Amino acid sequence: MKLLRNILDNLKPDFEKGGKFPWLHSTFDAFETFAFVPKTTTKNGAHFRDALDMKRTMTMVIIALIPALLFGTYNIGYQHFLSLDPKIGFFDEIWNNLWYGILKVLPIIIVSYVVGLSIEFGFAQWRGHEVNEGFLVTGMLIPLVMPPDVPLWQVAMATAFSVVIGKEVFGGTGMNFLNPALLARAFLFFAFPSSMSGDNVWIAEKADAFSGATPLAEMMAGANIPTHSFMEMLLGVMPGSIGETSAIAILLGAILLLFTGIGSWRIMLSVFVGGAVMGLTFNLFGSNPYTQLPFYYHYVMGGFMFGAVFMATDPVTASQTNRGKWIYGFLIGVMAVLIRVVNPAYPEGMMLSILLLNVFAPLIDYYVVDSNIKKRIKRWKMKGGENV
Amino acid sequence: MSNIITVKKGFDIKIIGEAENEILTPKVESYAIKPQDYIGLIPKMMVKEGDRVKAGSPIFYAKHNEKILFTSAVSGVVQSIKRGEKRVIEEVIIIPEQTQGYEDFGKESLASMNREDVLEKLLKSGLWTLIRKRPYAIIPNPDSSPKCIIVSGFDSSPLAANYNILLRGKAAEIQLGVDVLKKLTKGNIHVNVSFDKTTCDELLKLEGVEINKFKGQHPVGNISVQIAKLDPINKGESIWYIDAQDLAIIGKLFATGRVEKDRTIALVGNEVKNPQYYSVKLGASIANIVEKNVNKENNIRYISGTVLTGKTISYDGYLGAYDNLVSVITEGDYYEFLGWVLPGFKKFSLYRTFLSGFLNLLPKQKRKPINIDTNLHGGKRALVLTGEYEKVLPLDIYPMQLIKACIIGDIDLMEQLGIYEVDAEDFALCEVIDVSKTDIQQIIRDGLELMRKELGE
Repeated sequence: MKLLRNILDNLKPDFEKGGKFPWLHSTFDAFETFAFVPKTTTKNGAHFRDALDMKRTMTMVIIALIPALLFGTYNIGYQHFLSLDPKIGFFDEIWNNLWYGILKVLPIIIVSYVVGLSIEFGFAQWRGHEVNEGFLVTGMLIPLVMPPDVPLWQVAMATAFSVVIGKEVFGGTGMNFLNPALLARAFLFFAFPSSMSGDNVWIAEKADAFSGATPLAEMMAGANIPTHSFMEMLLGVMPGSIGETSAIAILLGAILLLFTGIGSWRIMLSVFVGGAVMGLTFNLFGSNPYTQLPFYYHYVMGGFMFGAVFMATDPVTASQTNRGKWIYGFLIGVMAVLIRVVNPAYPEGMMLSILLLNVFAPLIDYYVVDSNIKKRIKRWKMKGGENV
Repeated sequence: MSNIITVKKGFDIKIIGEAENEILTPKVESYAIKPQDYIGLIPKMMVKEGDRVKAGSPIFYAKHNEKILFTSAVSGVVQSIKRGEKRVIEEVIIIPEQTQGYEDFGKESLASMNREDVLEKLLKSGLWTLIRKRPYAIIPNPDSSPKCIIVSGFDSSPLAANYNILLRGKAAEIQLGVDVLKKLTKGNIHVNVSFDKTTCDELLKLEGVEINKFKGQHPVGNISVQIAKLDPINKGESIWYIDAQDLAIIGKLFATGRVEKDRTIALVGNEVKNPQYYSVKLGASIANIVEKNVNKENNIRYISGTVLTGKTISYDGYLGAYDNLVSVITEGDYYEFLGWVLPGFKKFSLYRTFLSGFLNLLPKQKRKPINIDTNLHGGKRALVLTGEYEKVLPLDIYPMQLIKACIIGDIDLMEQLGIYEVDAEDFALCEVIDVSKTDIQQIIRDGLELMRKELGE
């Protein structure tokens, strides 16, 4: 440790103003602060601070994503071999499944991080800022919402689009209003629809004879109930995006997020409530099989669970007020089920529903805060204050 | 009459180094008045270096109102007038003499005085400056009148001094001080005490006041939190407030005709060998107090005031105008290898990402005092997490929105979001727990100052 510290201390002047590589200052700083928490002390105000910083906060989210990532990786392998031999059991080819999955997933993760981080580092340097940790999470979320067969150049394009247009043009992490990972997915969805929908993309290199339809697509096509059982969908043994198939793995992550207090329990809970309310409403009035689907099926199909736990809770793009979070989450749940069941064009409603509510989150906050302002003005008027 | 008022949100941070019972009287070799302790003050000097002054002699007056005088706490010689950048006066240093001489302000009985007489006496003696007003936490304009006056009888900050000890034996002076305040306002005099900590008769047996017992965790001792519960400030209104110990100084003036700015202070913090109380006068140098009682071999920070809101001073610096605490804590200028990944058994955090964060779920009586240092624990970032400030701010205010309104300097929005109801100190806990390491108190202070400059008092 001391050796590393000495090396960094020796290198440091080269990256500062007047050194050899001042244009790499942010990059150096990012690596230095990765290795060592800096020795900066408080100047104004409170003389001591909480030990939690942005790096650790973001790390917690990444840790929470690990179960979904691991399961997803394994499931890709399993789904592939299943399409070749429909009799194969889930645990029959453990190492083959895992190895096949890693070969599929790792390149996507690498492309996402390399493209995204290069842009982040570049912008941080350009602005003279420290590199923000936000992309550490986004860079992991993007692969997890991709179909396993997505071409790598598309991942690169989507990542670049979401980081530049979705985030950096607004000023970087904390200033964006759309969830960058979902924006990447939406970009591919609308730019390359053939790579992002249909039956062919959800299982890597599947055999032609095998159906490979996701439960959402089956329901869309008018099935009475998905061919996969509720239990299979809960566990995640079905085709789908890399990280979103297993509700159980996602719930493990949710437990960590709630346990550490990093994820908002208000948003998660209200998304599920919203989904249930809309699902039950359809049950009451609906006429086709999709509307008659029990509401809890929506939780385990497609990206509902993943969206509720990891996407809707992004603090930057969600409502910022506590009351706003209830409304925001509830509407996400409602819209997701509504789009799924009613809209013929898009099988997956979760992505669009979250992006839609991202757009409306500031408006929700505006009205929540406005009620506080009105209360204050009313109190003042009761005291005889003039009109403002 | 006493009311019990419960404040639900907030958090008591327990830190190693709380003061013990004992009160010592150190020999203080110099005193200073620091104009920068008074928000928005531009001083106009009335003495030169080398002048002799008595206790109560004016040293400077406020540029915006020449009736507001600032007086010496001791008799002696003005040794130096220290100036900083742009010739701003930082300290007026006075060396005390052996036998103290006092200006005589008369012993007229309070009963025969009217509001103008009382005001004049307070202004001339310089004790007017002990009173502050909200909004803005500044010295009030003597021509104005508040809707009520609050006597602050406890402090809920970490390591705060115990008012039962600070006020010991000052019952008569405080009562007389209350009677003086009653001449200044037609509104109520509130004496705010702690439900579980305040046991002293000096406050509980005061007459002619409304005693409010506050229950809860920090910032329950903050004036803003108390006003919000008693009588929220609306636009155009003001309230005055004074510390109970300073009220005793006013009481003493009316009893004896002398300015005796006695203040009991506590020396606290994890770098203090024997945390205890000292009886000094306002503006005392801390040099002799800390000399043998701190771990000088360590790299340490001296703070006049609390660890949440105080100002950094040097080891031979001076006590701030409104402070009754000198906190000494470890400087945190160290690198920590992979500090952000470690499980963190001993780190201070209100979040449960560190194992130590779980200790904070214990009820406050069972929490153990912790060690702190001044390390920022991370780099500054844009505001990302939401919903955290609300947990430690017991006010009907949207903190994130107000902070952002202050950053962009939108005074209409600041007003609508309740800037008049807060002071920078209320955001100290928000600042402590802020993951983005933002200097929130400075942002709020700048916002308040912008309001004051744009709209006047």
